[in-house]
Amino acid sequence: MGESRDVTFRVWRGDASGGALKDYTTGITTGMVVLDAVHQIQAESAPDLACRWNCKAGKCGSCSAEINGKPRLMCMTRMDEIDTSVPVTILPMQTFPLIRDLVTDVSWNYEVKKRIKKFRPRKPDNADGSWNMAQADVERVQEFRKCIECFLCQDVCHVLREHERHPEFSGPRHFIYTAQLEMHPLDTEDRLGQLKDEQNIGYCNITKCCTKVCPEHITITDNAIIPLKERVVDEFYDPMTRLFRIFKPGKK
Amino acid sequence: MAGESYKTHEHDVLVIGAGGAGLRAAIEASASGARVGLVCKSLLGKAHTVMAEGGVAAALGNVDDRDNWRVHFSDTMRGGQYLNNWRMAELHAQQAPDRVRELEAWGAVMDRTPKGKILQRNFGGHKYPRLAHVGDRTGLEMIRTLQDHGIHQGIEVFMEFTITALLKDGGRVVGAIGYDRERGRFHVWKAGAVVLATGGIGRAFKITSNSWEYTGDGHALAYHAGAELVDMEFVQFHPTGMVWPPSVRGILVTEGVRGEGGVLRNKDGKRFMFDDIPDLYKQQTADNEEEGWRYVTGDKNALRPPELLTRDHVARCIVREIKAGRGSPHGGVFLDIAWIKEKLPNAGEHIKKKLPSMYHQFKELAGVDITQEPMEVGPTTHYVMGGVKVDGDSQMSSVPGLFAAGEVAGGLHGANRLGGNSLSDLLVFGKLAGEHAAKYAKDNSPGHADAGQIEDAMHEALAPFERADGENPYDIQHDLQDMMQDQSGIVRNENDMAKAVDGLAGLRERASRARADGHREYNPGWHTALDLKNLLTCAEAVVRSALDRRESRGAHFREDYPGKDEAHGYHNSVTSRGPDGHMSVVRRDIPQIRDELKQIIEEMG
Repeated sequence: MGESRDVTFRVWRGDASGGALKDYTTGITTGMVVLDAVHQIQAESAPDLACRWNCKAGKCGSCSAEINGKPRLMCMTRMDEIDTSVPVTILPMQTFPLIRDLVTDVSWNYEVKKRIKKFRPRKPDNADGSWNMAQADVERVQEFRKCIECFLCQDVCHVLREHERHPEFSGPRHFIYTAQLEMHPLDTEDRLGQLKDEQNIGYCNITKCCTKVCPEHITITDNAIIPLKERVVDEFYDPMTRLFRIFKPGKK
Repeated sequence: MAGESYKTHEHDVLVIGAGGAGLRAAIEASASGARVGLVCKSLLGKAHTVMAEGGVAAALGNVDDRDNWRVHFSDTMRGGQYLNNWRMAELHAQQAPDRVRELEAWGAVMDRTPKGKILQRNFGGHKYPRLAHVGDRTGLEMIRTLQDHGIHQGIEVFMEFTITALLKDGGRVVGAIGYDRERGRFHVWKAGAVVLATGGIGRAFKITSNSWEYTGDGHALAYHAGAELVDMEFVQFHPTGMVWPPSVRGILVTEGVRGEGGVLRNKDGKRFMFDDIPDLYKQQTADNEEEGWRYVTGDKNALRPPELLTRDHVARCIVREIKAGRGSPHGGVFLDIAWIKEKLPNAGEHIKKKLPSMYHQFKELAGVDITQEPMEVGPTTHYVMGGVKVDGDSQMSSVPGLFAAGEVAGGLHGANRLGGNSLSDLLVFGKLAGEHAAKYAKDNSPGHADAGQIEDAMHEALAPFERADGENPYDIQHDLQDMMQDQSGIVRNENDMAKAVDGLAGLRERASRARADGHREYNPGWHTALDLKNLLTCAEAVVRSALDRRESRGAHFREDYPGKDEAHGYHNSVTSRGPDGHMSVVRRDIPQIRDELKQIIEEMG
C-alpha cells in the first residue's frame, strides 16, 4: 500500500452568494488521484463538500475542476504528478455559474446543443434499414464522438471565460458536436448557416487552448474548428462560389 | 417539517433513470404520443451505461453468417444456466439486431467490416463474433446517440434529481416523490405509469466497477412499493478489474482485451484457464494455445480459447490461482495483450486502435504500457442479474403501473450474464417498457396518491438533519461494503452469510441514526445517508436469496455446496416484503419452456 503522507488541499467552499478557500489535510497513498483525496475529505471532515463524479475512470466527464489553475478531470489527475510541498488548490470551473463548492451550473451547454439541427441520415442503403460505410470514412467522426462532455474546453475558451459571449458563441464542445454531424458520412443536413450566425464560429481565433485541455485528446481546433471555418468561408465569403451561384441558382 | 412544500409535475409516463434503458424507454413512450418525464441522478449522458466498453450483442451475422437469433438465444440460456426468463431471452435475441441498426439511424457510428457493415467482435460465451462496438467505448456511443436523439423528442428531463419513494393509489403505482440535488427541495410526479431504469447495486460492495449512482434505488423503490424481486443471489463479479494502485481497484478492464487475443497467466507464466474447462463448454472450447489464437483472428473452424469462457467461471479460476499463491504481486493475475507482438508486426498500433481506453486507463492511472507489458487484474463486482420481476412481454412488475427495464429488471440473464448482453438488454427492454408503459397510461384513468404518503416521504427524507449527534453516513456505507465483500462476495458459505444477516440488522439500526450536516443544497453527506436504505434493502435481498440457494450455479458460488444441484435448477428465488414488514424469500418454479425453444436449446448442444 505504501506510506501515507499528509497533504493539504485548499478547496473552494461556497455558493453563488460568496465563499472562500478552506484548507483540509488528508493522507495520500500510492496511486491516488485528486478525486480520491476529495472523497477522503468528504468522509473524514467535510461530509457536505459538494463535488460531481460518476465513473472515476475518465469516461463520464463529471468531475471537471481547476487543479492548481489547470482545468482537469479530478479522477485522472494523479497525486504523484502534483507538487505537494505546497497546498494543492482545487477550484470549480470558472466559466460557469457556481452552484456550490466544486459544482457549477453547466445547463447552458445542454440548451446550446438542443438548438443545433439534429442528425438527418440519407435513405438506408439496404433493405434491413442499414447503411454501408467504410472504416476510413467513419474514423474522422469517431474522433469527435469520443467527447465525454466534461466541458473543460468550454471552461478554458477565452471567448467564454473572459469575454462571456455565452449567448451567441457555442464554444468548442459544440463545434466538435457540429463537426461530427457535418462530417458524418450519412448526414444530409446543412448547418453552415447556424455555424456562422447562431454559433458564431468566427469568434474563435484558434488559440488551441481547448485542444490542450481535452482529456480525450481530441484535436478540436485542427480537425474540427478549422475545417468548419473553411466550410463557412467557402459557403458565404468565397467570390468564386458566389459567382457560381449566380449561374446555377437553386443549388446549395 | 410543518409547512414543507413541494412542486408537482404531471406526466403520462415517468422514467426514473437515464442510462441506456431509461433513455430508450423515454424515447419510445414519447414517440407514441405520451407526455414523458425523465429523472436522472446525474447530468444527462453521465449514467453508468457510459462505462460499458466491449460492445452490444446482436446476431447481425455480419462477421459470421452462421449466427442468428436462435444461436444467441441458446448462448444466453446456457450462460444463465437455464434459470433465465426464457420469454425475455427469446425477445432479446430476436429484437437486438433491429435495435442496434436503429442506433445508426440515430447517428451512432460503429466500427466497420471491410464490406462497410457493422463490425462484430468475439466475447465470452457467445458462439460467434456478435458484439457490435466502437473500439472499447461502446457504452459512450450508445448513451450519446440516445441522448442526442432524445433531446429532440420533447421529453422533459430532470437532471440531478433523486427519487425517494413511489406513490400508490391502492395497489397501483401512480407517481413518485423526490428532491432536486441542487436546492434540496421536494418534487412530486403524478404519472399514469412509472418505468424504473435505475441500474444496479454494485455500491453495496467494496470492490466494484460501478459508479456512485449504483445504490440499488430502483430495486429498493420497487420492493418497498410491494413488487417482487427475482434471482437476487446472482451478482456478477467481472473477472478483470484493475487491482493496482489501490485507489483504482475495481475499475473495469474490458473483456474485449481477451476478445482481441489477451491471455490470462499466473505468476509462473502459465495459461491457467486451460486447466479447468467445464463440461457444459468442453465441445466449444479450444484445448491448445494455437487454436485459441486462430479463433480470435477469425478462423471459423477454430474453437474459442478458455479465456473466453463465461465470466463466472473465469472469475473463479482467477480466485483459485490467487488463493493458491500463484497470483501477481498485488493480489491479481496477469492479463497479457502485449504478447500478440509475437504474432502481429504492428501489434502496438493495433492494440491502441482496438483498445484505446484501456491503453490510456493503464498508462494514466497505473503507469503501465499495455502494448509492452501485462496488466494485473482481479475480480470486481460488476452487475446484478437479479432485479424487479417483470412480465417478459410488457416489462410490468407485479405491481400494476410499475415497469422496469435494464439492470434493475431481473430474468433475462438467469444465473450469469454474458458480456454484451446488457447493452442489448437496455435497448430491447427499454423500448418494450416505454411502449407498454405508455399504453398502460393511456388505457387507465389517472390515479391519486393521498397527501399522507407524500408527508411521510418528506419526513423520512429530512430526518437525517434532525440527528445532530447521529453517525457519519460514510462510515456506515464503508462498513456495509466491507461486510458484503467479505461475507457475501465471490465465494460464499452458510456461516459467513448468517453473520451477514446479523450484521445487516446492526447496520440498519445505525442507518436509522445517520446524520446530515449543513444545509440541503447539493449536500453529498445527506444523499449518502438516504442511499443507505436502498443499499441495505438490496444487500439483504442478496444475502437471504444466497442463503436459500444451497448449490453453486452461475455467479453464485457456495464453498459449502460447490456443485450444481439439479433440484435447484427449476426454480427462481423470489424476494418480497411480507405483511409484517419483514423480507421473505420463496422458491418459485420456472414456467414450462415452450417446445420450440426447448428444441433450439437441444439442437445447439
